Amino acid sequence: MTTTTLAVLVPLLPFLGALAGLLLGRTAPGFVRPLAVLPTLASLALAATVAWRQGGGQAVDAATELTPTGSVPVELALYVDGFAALTAVLVTVVAACVQIYSTGYLRDDPRYPSYAALVSLFTSAMLLVVYSGDLMVLLVGWEVMGICSYFLVGHYWETPEARAASLKAFLVTKLGDVPFLIGLFALATDAGSFRVTRILGAVADGGIEHPTLICLLLLAGVAGKSAQFPLHTWLPDAMAGPTPVSALIHAATMVAAGVYFVARLLPLFEASQAAMTVLAVMAAVTMTGSALAALAQDDIKRVLAYSTIGQLGYMTGALAVADRGAAVFHLLSHGAFKALLFLAAGVIIHAAGTNSLAAMSRMGHLRDRVPDAYWTMTVALLALAAIPPFSGFFSKEAVLGVAEHVVTGHTEHAPAAAGWIVLLAGLVTALLTAAYATRLWLLAFRGEGPEAPDHGRQPLTMTAVLWVLAVPSLALGGFAFRVLPDWFDGHDLTPTLTTSVLGTGVALVGGIVTYATWRHTTAHAARVPLGAVAAHPEGDAGLVEAEAIASHAPAYGDIAYAPDPSDPGRLLLGPLHRPAAAGFHLDAVYTALFVRPVRAGASLVRFLDREVVETYVRGAGALPRWLGAAVRRAQTGNVQTYVSALLAGTVVLAVAAVLVATGA
Amino acid sequence: MTPAAAVATAAHATTTTAAEAHGFLSPTGVEIAFLLVGLVTFGAAVITVTTRQLVHAALWLVVALGGLAVEYLLLTAEFIAWVQVLIYVGSVVVLLLFGLMLTRAPIGRSPDADSGNRRVALAVAVAAAGALVWVVVDAFRTTWIDLDGAPAGSTEVTGASLFQHWVLPFEALSVLLLAALVGAIVLSRRAKADAAAGATGTRRDTEGAR
Amino acid sequence: MHLAYPAVLSALLFCTGLYGVLARRNAILVLMSVELMLNAVNLNLVAFDVWLSRTAEETLHSGQALALFTIAIAAAEIGIGLAIVLAVYRNRGTSDIDKLRDTAEGHDPDGTDSDATGRALPAPQTAGEKAEATA
Repeated sequence: MTTTTLAVLVPLLPFLGALAGLLLGRTAPGFVRPLAVLPTLASLALAATVAWRQGGGQAVDAATELTPTGSVPVELALYVDGFAALTAVLVTVVAACVQIYSTGYLRDDPRYPSYAALVSLFTSAMLLVVYSGDLMVLLVGWEVMGICSYFLVGHYWETPEARAASLKAFLVTKLGDVPFLIGLFALATDAGSFRVTRILGAVADGGIEHPTLICLLLLAGVAGKSAQFPLHTWLPDAMAGPTPVSALIHAATMVAAGVYFVARLLPLFEASQAAMTVLAVMAAVTMTGSALAALAQDDIKRVLAYSTIGQLGYMTGALAVADRGAAVFHLLSHGAFKALLFLAAGVIIHAAGTNSLAAMSRMGHLRDRVPDAYWTMTVALLALAAIPPFSGFFSKEAVLGVAEHVVTGHTEHAPAAAGWIVLLAGLVTALLTAAYATRLWLLAFRGEGPEAPDHGRQPLTMTAVLWVLAVPSLALGGFAFRVLPDWFDGHDLTPTLTTSVLGTGVALVGGIVTYATWRHTTAHAARVPLGAVAAHPEGDAGLVEAEAIASHAPAYGDIAYAPDPSDPGRLLLGPLHRPAAAGFHLDAVYTALFVRPVRAGASLVRFLDREVVETYVRGAGALPRWLGAAVRRAQTGNVQTYVSALLAGTVVLAVAAVLVATGA
Repeated sequence: MTPAAAVATAAHATTTTAAEAHGFLSPTGVEIAFLLVGLVTFGAAVITVTTRQLVHAALWLVVALGGLAVEYLLLTAEFIAWVQVLIYVGSVVVLLLFGLMLTRAPIGRSPDADSGNRRVALAVAVAAAGALVWVVVDAFRTTWIDLDGAPAGSTEVTGASLFQHWVLPFEALSVLLLAALVGAIVLSRRAKADAAAGATGTRRDTEGAR
Repeated sequence: MHLAYPAVLSALLFCTGLYGVLARRNAILVLMSVELMLNAVNLNLVAFDVWLSRTAEETLHSGQALALFTIAIAAAEIGIGLAIVLAVYRNRGTSDIDKLRDTAEGHDPDGTDSDATGRALPAPQTAGEKAEATA
């Protein structure tokens, strides 16, 4: 089979699996688990084959016109270059791991069939985005991912947090998608085609007349999808969905779609210096703000969510300094270790019965209950903190290296200001990243207090997958930085000495300071008992997580914050702790700016509809009603009245007839 | 017409033959008789529909019907006149009186003999009367009935016409009478079970009231 | 005889009967008024028949025949009508037309009418009426 056929099958198989799962879920429940896992594994095998065949060489480019539109044609196009091939492998690996993990995580969940089908559908949509060579087809995949995210985040829709979070995720990403769509149309109008190759050709020829406008419009969609400032507020709240969903969608794939899109069209962005600067500023603000917020979160998954936002900021920062190789390198390694972090967090939540770090820090020997999660999470956190030789070190150093490259003036593709912004923000964030990673590890695994309850071993499906993902987190980096430039644009991805030393040093400083603070504050823990544990600890992990999410706000007063004096983050952040926990009150700002006016408008419309429009309607009905009431009074039941009226009319008619007959 | 004028015209009419004098101002004897009996009939009818005493109404109806019988005679329709007396005066009024008795119609004045509808009814009746009379008079201004010669409604004439030309309706009428008979029996029979209990109850009450 | 005499008398009798039908409260009085109307029609028929039997040679004497039929039918009708009035009287305890308001708006169907309660009610009602009448 040709590479093109294989590449077409890669998104098609999970789609068919999703369709079959949705149709057969009720009637043949025995088939649901195979239908979830096998198409994804097959797709993984095919994606690996495609990547091996493509090998970083000539891109696979195939297209067929879908429908004549009268102006700019829409084509079913395939464009598989090195970026696409490797990203697809990452997507299928994480998706397969997530599907296998979910069979154990949602073992007893009655809605598992639809969940699995939606995850398969989501996988196929992401693969469509990755492999697509036509921007309209990419948009289809983009939007399908959005709706799958809505359904999957709202999986525990019995909890109000999940319902609110799924709507918020959908609406915020949609808010970015509208300018995105307009930007796509503007781009296609300028370039004359939706095909990526033609657009890049038009950019090279200088055929794009308004690059800044188009890039800013497209950046709005990227900011929404990849959770960059200011459209990042949905991602921490989307943690109300099941953990495997968070691992797939909000760590490795959907949020990476925005980064991937910019990487695909980077020559277009390079054409506009203003857009690159905006991108750099966006990345810097996102990186530092999210790292500060991650330091103050109590929910283990919210820490990871803010961490995702920050790491995506690294990727967009790399793009802002015009190096997509570094961005996609970080995307690949981040996808592996962040998915691992989320899946391990799911295991921990199941074992501890709570998602609160404050409660976990008051449980003793939690790490003995979940040895697989303990070791793999340690690996992943080291990768996150960019400690050599883990993969995160190499990818983050690639980013910082590129920024330094731009700062020292070795390239014309990006302004030096962008380089400085990215470099400085990157270093600050590296410090903060190491700090919150250390905090997470200490609070979750070094807690002291009453023994954590023992619910037996975690399911094998959940723990085996962790080890599978630990391999790339550990080993990918050292191997990849040598090989990847052949797959990508050829820029060197070797870590430079300056940035490596700076980055690692800063990370170590962050870790040590956090550890010292923790040693100082941990004495307070014994004095202030804190903690709420799930009510059904024997249930499957999905049930435990749903209960943990639902009980966090009632137990601690807030979805994100816990009044824990033994938390090192409090001391580290000082007066910034409360605002950081609340995401710097951005949600409150949006409520005041957008939500309140919309609600006021809606109540005004309701008032007008009820008091003004309906009054007319009721008034229109009132007249016939009065007339009817008046006519009804004639129905007295008195036969003589009826006959009198009848005869009176007859006499009148007779007289009239006679008059007419004689007069005429 | 005032009584004086009527007498004058009557005196004038006796000098001329009825067949020759065709005019309003010279009525024949038949016309005068018809007019007088008509007044009596009309008066009795008016009293029938306005009196408060229900049994008196029935009796004044007898007068009205009898007056009409006389009118028929004046019009030389003898057979019908006697049939009128037989059937109407003889049986219909008797039935009405029985009905009044069985429904406990009050003897003497009953204050609610007229419904609240009477003003409208009066208006309608007066309007109808006005319209009809005006139309009729206007239409038949110059039409006279010739009452000379053989009577037009003798038994021989009526019988011949009836059993030559009207046999089928005659037979249908007998069927209708049969149906009416059966219907009346059925209607009064269905209520008979209650009537038995009601009759005993009413008998007891009338005895108690006495 | 001028044809106007019987015709006018007939019209006047008819309208008198009409008044009686519309204005009288007792059902039997209404029946009486109906008889008046029928008789008025009869008079009309006979008068016109007598007029036409002279003016035309071949006549069917349809006026007199119809008058005879009308008399017979009126007799049948009065029989049935009285049977109905009696049935109504037995059921409702009254022969007041004003009380028969089943077709009124919002009226309860027959049986749950407040007037048709039981045998005990008509006797005191009519006894009371009787007392009023004689007092």
